[in-house]
Amino acid sequence: MSERKKMAIIVHSGTLDKLYPVFMLSSTGGAMDAEVHLFFTFWGLNAVKKGGLESAKLPGITSLGTSMMKGKIKKVGTPTLTELLAMCRSTGNVKLYACSTTMAIMDVKKEDLIPEVDDIVGAATFLDIAMDADVQLFI
Amino acid sequence: MVGFDVELDCRGMFCPMPIVQLKKTTKGMKPGQIIKLTATDPGSIRDVPAWASKTGNKVIDTTEDSGVFTFLIEVG
Repeated sequence: MSERKKMAIIVHSGTLDKLYPVFMLSSTGGAMDAEVHLFFTFWGLNAVKKGGLESAKLPGITSLGTSMMKGKIKKVGTPTLTELLAMCRSTGNVKLYACSTTMAIMDVKKEDLIPEVDDIVGAATFLDIAMDADVQLFI
Repeated sequence: MVGFDVELDCRGMFCPMPIVQLKKTTKGMKPGQIIKLTATDPGSIRDVPAWASKTGNKVIDTTEDSGVFTFLIEVG
């Protein structure tokens, strides 16, 4: 087996169109035996708040088309974001981190976050992981 | 064609489902066992070998018949 690969993703966006690629790549990365680290910051933090994944919408004016898009996603049999997160976790390879500064700015408490969040961390923790990661993305 | 131990039908599924299902299924298999995967996602033709190369599994046969891809994978 080839050596274990590592992925580090900054999840900065909280909209449906950006969260899909995050969770598609993470569930697949986890299934490919990569260590996947997701750092939720700024609008991305909303995704790991309780009910956040369920309420994610398309950006701006396109938000009006959110249910239509969700319908199309369902039609091709693609899982919901919540289901994709469960798949990520079932691989045992995907870790979730919440940005501590964003939590302070947006007045988000630890108990507001979904239990899948592994830790509340700062930039140094992310960089320590990202510096020797094989894939680094900002989404 | 070689025989197989486990069959996984991912026809009609799109990325990332076939890969996620493949991982889930092979987790419970023993090294040397063969899984037969059928899929219709056109992405799977490259995705399945890419997954195998990173997870220590081996694609031993790939065939295509009117849009249905069949993979035989030996679990590593």
